[in-house]
Amino acid sequence: MHQNVKKQSVLDLLEAWLPKIIMAPTTLAMIVCMYGFIAWTGALSFTKSRMLPQWDFVGFIQYEKLFANPRWDVAMSNLVVFGVLFIAISLLIGLVLAIFLDQKIRGEGAIRTIYLYPMAVSFVVTGTAWKWILNPGLGIEKMVRDLGFTDFEFRWLVDQEMAIYTIVIAAVWQSSGFVMAMFLAGLRSVDDSLIKAAQIDGASAWQSYWHVILPILRPVFFSAIVILSHIAIKSFDLVQALTGGGPGYASDLPANFMYTFAFNRAQMGIGAASAMVMLFGVLAILVPYLYSELRGSNRG
Amino acid sequence: MLNRSIAACFAAASLVALPVQASEVEVLHWWTSGGEAKSVASLKSSLEKRGVSWQDFAVAGGGGENAMTVLKSRAVSGNPPTAAQIKGPDIQEWGELGFLASIDDVAKKNNWDGVLPGVVSDVMKYQGKYVAAPVNVHRVNWLWANPEVFRKAGATIPTTWADFMVQAKKIQDAGYIALAHGGQAWQDNTVFEAVVLGVGGAEYYKKAFVELDMDALNSSTTDEVFKVFGELRQFIDANAPGRDWNVATSMVINGEAGMQIMGDWAKGEFAVAGKTVGTDFVCVAAPGTSDGFTFNVDSFAFFQQSDVNKQSAQKAMAEEILGTNFQEVFNLNKGSIPARLGMARAKFDTCAHDSMNAFVSTAQSGGLVPSFAHGMAVPGAVAGAITDVATNYFNSDTSAADGKAQLVAAIQAAM
Amino acid sequence: MGNSSMSIGRYAIYACLIIFAVLYLMPLYVMITTSLKDIEEIRQGNLLSLPAAPTLYAWAKAWGSACTGSECEGLAPFFFNSIRIVVPAVLISTLIGALNGYVLAKWRFRGSEFLFAALLFGCFIPFQVILLPMARLLATFGLANTVTGLVLVHVIYGVAFTTLFFRNFYVSVPTELVKAAQLDGANFFQIFRHIFLPISLPIFTVTIIWQFTQIWNDFLFGVVYSGQGTQPITVALNNLVNTSVGGKEYNVDMAAALIAALPTLVVYVLAGKYFVRGLTAGAVKG
Repeated sequence: MHQNVKKQSVLDLLEAWLPKIIMAPTTLAMIVCMYGFIAWTGALSFTKSRMLPQWDFVGFIQYEKLFANPRWDVAMSNLVVFGVLFIAISLLIGLVLAIFLDQKIRGEGAIRTIYLYPMAVSFVVTGTAWKWILNPGLGIEKMVRDLGFTDFEFRWLVDQEMAIYTIVIAAVWQSSGFVMAMFLAGLRSVDDSLIKAAQIDGASAWQSYWHVILPILRPVFFSAIVILSHIAIKSFDLVQALTGGGPGYASDLPANFMYTFAFNRAQMGIGAASAMVMLFGVLAILVPYLYSELRGSNRG
Repeated sequence: MLNRSIAACFAAASLVALPVQASEVEVLHWWTSGGEAKSVASLKSSLEKRGVSWQDFAVAGGGGENAMTVLKSRAVSGNPPTAAQIKGPDIQEWGELGFLASIDDVAKKNNWDGVLPGVVSDVMKYQGKYVAAPVNVHRVNWLWANPEVFRKAGATIPTTWADFMVQAKKIQDAGYIALAHGGQAWQDNTVFEAVVLGVGGAEYYKKAFVELDMDALNSSTTDEVFKVFGELRQFIDANAPGRDWNVATSMVINGEAGMQIMGDWAKGEFAVAGKTVGTDFVCVAAPGTSDGFTFNVDSFAFFQQSDVNKQSAQKAMAEEILGTNFQEVFNLNKGSIPARLGMARAKFDTCAHDSMNAFVSTAQSGGLVPSFAHGMAVPGAVAGAITDVATNYFNSDTSAADGKAQLVAAIQAAM
Repeated sequence: MGNSSMSIGRYAIYACLIIFAVLYLMPLYVMITTSLKDIEEIRQGNLLSLPAAPTLYAWAKAWGSACTGSECEGLAPFFFNSIRIVVPAVLISTLIGALNGYVLAKWRFRGSEFLFAALLFGCFIPFQVILLPMARLLATFGLANTVTGLVLVHVIYGVAFTTLFFRNFYVSVPTELVKAAQLDGANFFQIFRHIFLPISLPIFTVTIIWQFTQIWNDFLFGVVYSGQGTQPITVALNNLVNTSVGGKEYNVDMAAALIAALPTLVVYVLAGKYFVRGLTAGAVKG
């Protein structure tokens, strides 16, 4: 009996610790491979590393050089423009399409597949295809001109001011279908009785959406924004394939800047500094958002 | 792939009388087009005859950018490839980090000092010992022209930059594109380099863009350079940004444009299109650079290996690279000229002959300069800074004075 | 709410949906038609025109004989490399995500929410940052340039998202069920096996599809961490398309891109329905 109790308590102890044991490998990997490497990069940003890491510490010089570099300003402002537009437009298109698709549409399956498939394609392929389509001499502009509208112009791809917007177009094309799927799933799980109650209270379709359904979809907005931000920050391949960062460096993004300086120009120090600045920028925006949403969902 | 190499190795081993272990070279490069594969094939087969198998490690993209990233991660993880396509000052940087293996014994045995010009062999050495083998010599300061377009426009092939502006205007007025150009950073930089050499001359080029002398960079010559470079903006077509260099060449080939400023690899495009030099196209030195030769030398650097077999394989590869057979076959295919002096000329065409003559004469006169647009003259950080300024300048309407200021600031920041 | 006004509204909705469908399909259409044209027609012709004399030349070349280096064997060998990498990586990261999600949803402990947030935030590192230190780490474990090493890297950086999906899904399972099962004497794994696993098909589908897409389309890890003869198809595609000299055969490039994208496209077309079903079942609800 005594032994049984002992065995039981050992097992109980094990079971109490089991969740933590399960999370342990992931936690270890996270500490080393995410935060450890971030710390490594941070340390690197204070050295004068050129081609490979060299641990000669030189203070904030790399950050000074970074902020004095005109190309970095362009990259950061591009990230803001691209990030905001990409997320906002994807959310809007995804939501609208989801609402429409939720209206018992014939052929919903086929249309939904058509909206979703761009997600399957890699950024390299997307960039290459859109590079063609947006090329003034080969793509849309030429096609419309061939149709007779000889003054039609659509040369954003080769315009310094507008090139970043072409990246928005391609990225939205790729990801808005996924957002649509998320919203569609969210809409489908909204209780019908809620909508009926709103309609009984005299709300029009528009009002019932705005006041009843959208608030319920808030967690979906959260997940969508997390995923879209993640894609926006990682948008390295797309820029490389679509514009190469050009014309000049007008459509450069921080991830491309970091890669170029760290690996192609043997300036690991500045590359590391740019990565840290990027991370802190993201941190400053996302942490408050994550915090508020997660606390909210705990209470809710 | 691995099985085939091992099989080839055994096959080769059975042919050779000497006892040969399965030695192999793992070669990192970015030659991935069909034409380049053919060029490399001759090296592969001659190595296989010596019992050395070839492990291909190709990473395309950005003219070597992706390959360099992979190389660095391999170096950091302690197993660099046997050989990698590295060129210019990067060779010295890798040498400084202690990664490169000396192939000096092969060099001495085959008298490399005797068959390579000093400017080239200096780049291949680290602390006086050879660590890399040059494959070819590209001349970058070429002007390619379509004589038919010139004839129709009543223009003549320009020999100075001032004349260029005049002739280009005539071509444009006749309804053609004056300068075919691909708006990618390295291409903008290639044209910029031609302007620097043509306007400033070899001495200025060396002082400002190789030695990075601030007085030279701040001089009025630099103002002039930017002014001329800025004037070129009007002569390219609006669809230039993002265009690949060979698409620009095809504009010259099919008579849409009059000229292109590009290195000698453009010759391959004309050849593939079945055009003959002299009648269908003309190659001359870029305006103002007829007594200058901007060189770009591809080379393989060798990484230290602990395995004795790999070391002997490296030496075999180094020897083959500077052998007359490979030098001839490779360069015939690629449009460049052999790095090795004194090769038989019969099989090369007239543009190559011009190139070879210029190579020898400028080596003596001091007009032989390394290309900063192609990573031969200055370290990557500085080259990148110059590229940023040049491409930004060309794609905007920055003034010449601002351009000069940006250049000086960028170079100082990168040093 | 007469019939006619509803019809107009519905026509507007259909019109909108169809216009978007056309926009979404356009790039795919361009890629397919280009891959079926011969090179002359591409140079002269219009981007959107149908091929005048469709040919499979480009496809055959992309699969079997295009040059990806000094080897000219097309994409075929790399296709199977990718499969060898993707299958274990997807399975392992999904399983770990499932267990993690289960813990974070129903077995919370002090600090587990913080852990989750930290995990989510860690997703935002640009992968370029970790290239070198990870290479050093893999080398210390003797895994440099092996398939195992590459799979490990994919698992490590995929677990954050798989955990997110499973946690969100499992959170909606009533906690009373778990408590009742515990009272019945069931332990941690038994509850998982008998209560959670049976309802998890939708979320497994979502996660597997997502991971498959991410890992199959990855280039950066593939090019840096793969070894001789084990490079994934994205590396080969890059080599094929990004040649530095030589005439570009746009039709071969497009065919190659389509071949590389085929598995993920097939997955989305065939399993798209399950994908949405899985999302509906709560993959991304709060």
